[in-house]
Amino acid sequence: MKYIDEFRNAGLIKTIKNKIFSIYSEDKLNFMEVCGGHTHAICKFGIRDLIPEGINLISGPGCPVCVTENSYIDKAIDLARRREVIIATFGDMVKVPGSQASLETSGLNSKSVRVCYSSMDALELAAENQDHEVVFLGIGFETTAPTIAATILAAKERGINNFSVLAGNKTMPAAMQSLLEAEDVSIDGFICPGHVSTITGTGIYDFIPEDYNVACVVAGFEPIDIMETIYLLIEQIKSDSPKVKNQYKRSVKPQGNTKALKILDEVFVGCDAIWRGLGNIPGSGLKIRKKYRMFDTEQKFDIQVSSSERHQGCICGAIMRGVKKPPECQLFGTECIPESPIGPCMVSAEGACAAYFKYKQ
Amino acid sequence: MDKIKIAHGSGGSYTHKLIDEVFGKYFDNNFLKRKEDSAVLPSSPERLVYTTDTHVVKPLFFPGGDIGKLSVTGTLNDLAVMGARPAWLSCGMVLEEGLKISTLKSIAYSMAETAAEQKVKIVTGDTKVVNQGVCDKIFINTSGIGFLPENINTGVENIEPGDKILISGYIGEHAAAIITAREKFNISFDIKSDCACLYPLIRELTSELDGIRIMRDPTRGGLATTLNEFVGDQNFGITVDEDQIPIREEIKGLCEPLGFDPLYLANEGRLILIIKNEEAKEALKIMQLYTESNAPRIIGQVTDEYQGRVILKTTIGSKRVLDMQSGEMLPRIC
Repeated sequence: MKYIDEFRNAGLIKTIKNKIFSIYSEDKLNFMEVCGGHTHAICKFGIRDLIPEGINLISGPGCPVCVTENSYIDKAIDLARRREVIIATFGDMVKVPGSQASLETSGLNSKSVRVCYSSMDALELAAENQDHEVVFLGIGFETTAPTIAATILAAKERGINNFSVLAGNKTMPAAMQSLLEAEDVSIDGFICPGHVSTITGTGIYDFIPEDYNVACVVAGFEPIDIMETIYLLIEQIKSDSPKVKNQYKRSVKPQGNTKALKILDEVFVGCDAIWRGLGNIPGSGLKIRKKYRMFDTEQKFDIQVSSSERHQGCICGAIMRGVKKPPECQLFGTECIPESPIGPCMVSAEGACAAYFKYKQ
Repeated sequence: MDKIKIAHGSGGSYTHKLIDEVFGKYFDNNFLKRKEDSAVLPSSPERLVYTTDTHVVKPLFFPGGDIGKLSVTGTLNDLAVMGARPAWLSCGMVLEEGLKISTLKSIAYSMAETAAEQKVKIVTGDTKVVNQGVCDKIFINTSGIGFLPENINTGVENIEPGDKILISGYIGEHAAAIITAREKFNISFDIKSDCACLYPLIRELTSELDGIRIMRDPTRGGLATTLNEFVGDQNFGITVDEDQIPIREEIKGLCEPLGFDPLYLANEGRLILIIKNEEAKEALKIMQLYTESNAPRIIGQVTDEYQGRVILKTTIGSKRVLDMQSGEMLPRIC
């Protein structure tokens, strides 16, 4: 495929691999990728097989689906059970467990839950089903939030009033800060999310090298991007000059996408948010501004769910910080398995716990 | 009478009329004509091979096929990959009240045409009608009987390190055709299902070669899942060269943005063959006669390393575990 094959060139990758091995010394290094797209690419392309064993790639809380809390799923199921409601969602959300079940396993009519490819598809669904209320599950980071905001603006302009968003969008910097704030943190470098950065720009990570002395490289998603990013991270560590470097220049501009940010700010405002496995992180969520409350599912419906608390034994937070391994969790392989996951590292098929469960038991 | 009514499943005059006008007309053969409760079939000295498969697909008609064709090829392929010569089929249909009879006719015609091409007769059947909403238009079960020649004995137990693994054509095309037919994308894709009968190819392979270890058609779960089925609990592993896996650009272009992996997409007309090393090239030549010549490939081999695992040697020079699919493949958000 043009524009993709160029970034999967075996010869170039070998060159970067050699460069990595030539500057790497025996240090143990923990690099965290905070984007589910990176986690997927690292697994798909077998990147771990190409780098020194001492470099540990940790999957952070960057899969927005995996960090969705029980209570959010419970609300979605509660809504889906109502005759007048159609839930529209990105496909991988249907597997995420709530307190009792997931959207997939809660015995819902297939017409009550529709998989769509974008929030605009959900708006069309609402336009075509005027006798139903279409609720879009607003999940994702800064990457998807502007498209959801744009959909709400479009709904308002077109007068489609049977459309609303169950806002669950999250933002990345506060979550990264929360990981860095832990006393036992052991992250040497961040592989920063390329798609998020395309919207936000690179400035949102400046506090990481400045306040925590941790290296950051904004990375693309092809194997050459990831390999080069790993090289750039080691280089920063070697020279003890942590900063925010942009490897993904073909997409990410320092100032981000100002138009998207404007739309985002028009519709959403920051709030606290609960993350599966990490708990409440102040300032890490987005809620719909009051002026658009007619499109806010929480304002439109009376939703009362009694969700179970986050499982006390789950150590996903520590696993993500690189200080614990999955088998050290008392739930691992017993209560928490891929078929009925508890923490985000097991919810994601590529999460640390799921991978460990499959290959290293 | 242009739509299926509950009365069509009652066993009375409506049922008889439907059988005569649709199934009797298209499936026409001496066994069916007798209108008895069972077909009485001649015996054979060869071993009998017996299988069944139920077909549900949305949409009913898709580029490259329809549920009728699929319900015949699916069951015939299950017989063929055992090395068996398919002979007879049964056909059980569950129809949703309100289904257009013209649609049913198109499906029955497609079944009859596909079976006739393979010299297979649909010798017995059953029809039930359910209320609207109980099933999705039409479900078809077919079971099939075939004959297995004495010299063909395939199975996982025959697989040995050093054996080669072949695929008979481009992968992922059936599932991709279904996805593009089902979803409204704003881009048009030129993708057709690979839905086809494998017996002609298999007959040629089994008559020319004697080092065939096992054959399988990688349907649900795709190539990756079938390869994992071979290695499960075995004392050998499989390595696959990603470079060699035949995938059309259109399929890659569809999968990339949706987050699908072609290695897990269903095929309905592809054969995975494990064969002793010395005969692999000959097998490849035979496969090339039955499809586009550059599509069949030797994609990997059996090894005594990596016991119980499938290892993918990626295009970028790394190795990774190629796992079995768990659950339904869904479009990803990230």
